[in-house]
Amino acid sequence: MLEVRQLTKRFGGVAAVSNVSFELKAGEIVGLIGPNGAGKTTLINVITGVHRASEGKVLFDGRNVTAQQPWQAARSGLARTFQIVQPFPGMTVLENVVAGALFAGRAASRAEADRAAMEHLEFVGLAHEAERPAASLTLPSRKRLELAKSLAMKPRLLMLDEVNAGLNTGEIDRALELMRAIAARGVTIVIVEHLMKVVFSLCQRVLVLHHGELIAQGEPRAVAKDEKVIEAYLGHKFAAKLKTMDGAAALAERAQEPVQGQTLGQAQGNAHG
Amino acid sequence: MNKSIAAFIVVAAGIALTPWVADNYYVKLATFVAMYGALALSWNFIGGYTGYPSFATAAFIGLGSYAGALFQNAGVPLILAWLLAGVVTAAFAAVLGFAILRVKGHYFAVGSISVVEVLRLIASSWSGLTGGGDGLNVKILQGGADYAGRVFLFAMLAVMIATFAVTVWVERSRFGFGLKAIKQNEDAANMVGVNVSAYKIGAFTLSAVFCGITGAVYASWIAYIAPVDAFSILTTLKVPVMALLGGEGTIFGPVLGALVFVILEESIWARFLEANQAILGLTIVVLIFFLPGGLLRIDYRRIGRRLGMGRSGATGGAGGTAGTAGTSATSATSTGGTGGTGSNKDGRDA
Repeated sequence: MLEVRQLTKRFGGVAAVSNVSFELKAGEIVGLIGPNGAGKTTLINVITGVHRASEGKVLFDGRNVTAQQPWQAARSGLARTFQIVQPFPGMTVLENVVAGALFAGRAASRAEADRAAMEHLEFVGLAHEAERPAASLTLPSRKRLELAKSLAMKPRLLMLDEVNAGLNTGEIDRALELMRAIAARGVTIVIVEHLMKVVFSLCQRVLVLHHGELIAQGEPRAVAKDEKVIEAYLGHKFAAKLKTMDGAAALAERAQEPVQGQTLGQAQGNAHG
Repeated sequence: MNKSIAAFIVVAAGIALTPWVADNYYVKLATFVAMYGALALSWNFIGGYTGYPSFATAAFIGLGSYAGALFQNAGVPLILAWLLAGVVTAAFAAVLGFAILRVKGHYFAVGSISVVEVLRLIASSWSGLTGGGDGLNVKILQGGADYAGRVFLFAMLAVMIATFAVTVWVERSRFGFGLKAIKQNEDAANMVGVNVSAYKIGAFTLSAVFCGITGAVYASWIAYIAPVDAFSILTTLKVPVMALLGGEGTIFGPVLGALVFVILEESIWARFLEANQAILGLTIVVLIFFLPGGLLRIDYRRIGRRLGMGRSGATGGAGGTAGTAGTSATSATSTGGTGGTGSNKDGRDA
């Protein structure tokens, strides 16, 4: 349904995304991973029209959507959440979701938008907070609000940018359930994620970005053993050490352990330190 | 919402009744209230709902007054000339908006105020069309001062009512919801599918069209326009102040602000001939500083309760004065401040 062809985004002389090509099939859950600064968010920003691509093309259902504005992307069924949540702070929780339903979701009337919004709030478990101002929500609730808002946009492709960052184990388990339920509705999902637990349990396929380049893609376990991926996360020295002790398998195992907040990103930090 | 509409009807009825209950001085004052009401409501579309602090009001008024005057002098019937002036101003705002709505906040404010200056310079130097610094005479309406006074009173009132009707529509529509979303977080609005540039240009154009018509009516009323008066920096500052004073982003706030402001200005002018501008300025600074949400957002019941707890004797007296003084523009001049405050008791849910 989505095809990205040789996409490049330069900021001045720096290529934040460089020559990236991949395809998404309808109904897939795909993980987009990579160390901090790899260009994951930039890639999503280019796909949704926040940034204009320097080179390359984005096709959505065969239609060239490379030059579209974010609001056009939203209306065509490309929804995304933000790493740093973006609510309408002065509106109520319900009104925030109504905004999604009313514009990208093309609700026929305010009453219909209200009904749809309430359903989505129930779905994410925020119905009891509907009348509170969005600014008063806690971080996990804001993330769920962001999710309800993007669902109200009736997306066909949903890109979730670190919806689990800052959540504790219990909250992550709830978020996982939600994402599975969304996928069951037939929505294609791309998740940007540092938590390997989430990636391994949810994704059928992962894309690995490093320095803006797509260095690997495929089934999660296979990718976790890929030398280039290990090197990208852990650096040359540590990767070489790991090789001798068959560490790749160990790494994959370790990543599956439900340790709260343990990420490959942090593992990289430890390796350098 | 319904209380605000009721409050607006009270103010509009008060303005409409002035010719039958008061002399020409008050008719003129009521005409000013209607005029500033229309202007403040206009500003509210872009400044209040959309959150873009526009200072282009005087540019639209000036453009409308010149367009109206030129149409009228070319033989176009009065009302048609006013409406055409609105069309010209709206077209100008749509093109201008396309260019300056790309910048936000202070940059937008400075950009919009410079439009006033640029248009003023054009009007001063294009003497072939506008008469330059000498100004432009507009045909005087026949039929005597009383008749003309009433015509312009009702013309201004009609513009204010039309602006208010559009405001009510905006408040209830998808368009208005989109504008509020833009005010809250423009990027997020873009992300949920709001066509932000079209919405902003729409709001800016709406904020211009009634200013243009008001300017044209004003030109016919005064029968003479000159660049300095038509493109007045003072007006461009006054109008947002009125909207802020009453409560920006509400449907009745701008009207209330215009009412209170005109009454304040008039009573201070009458009492302090020499320092009136300074006193007016200070009053506004104090009002805006202590009432950041405007007069409509004050919790009057809480104030009432506090006063009641403090000294129960005084409450009856204070409440009484405010209640009686605030019904219309005509009865409120002697107690300007309290009068304005009282009249919005019925409108604070806006």
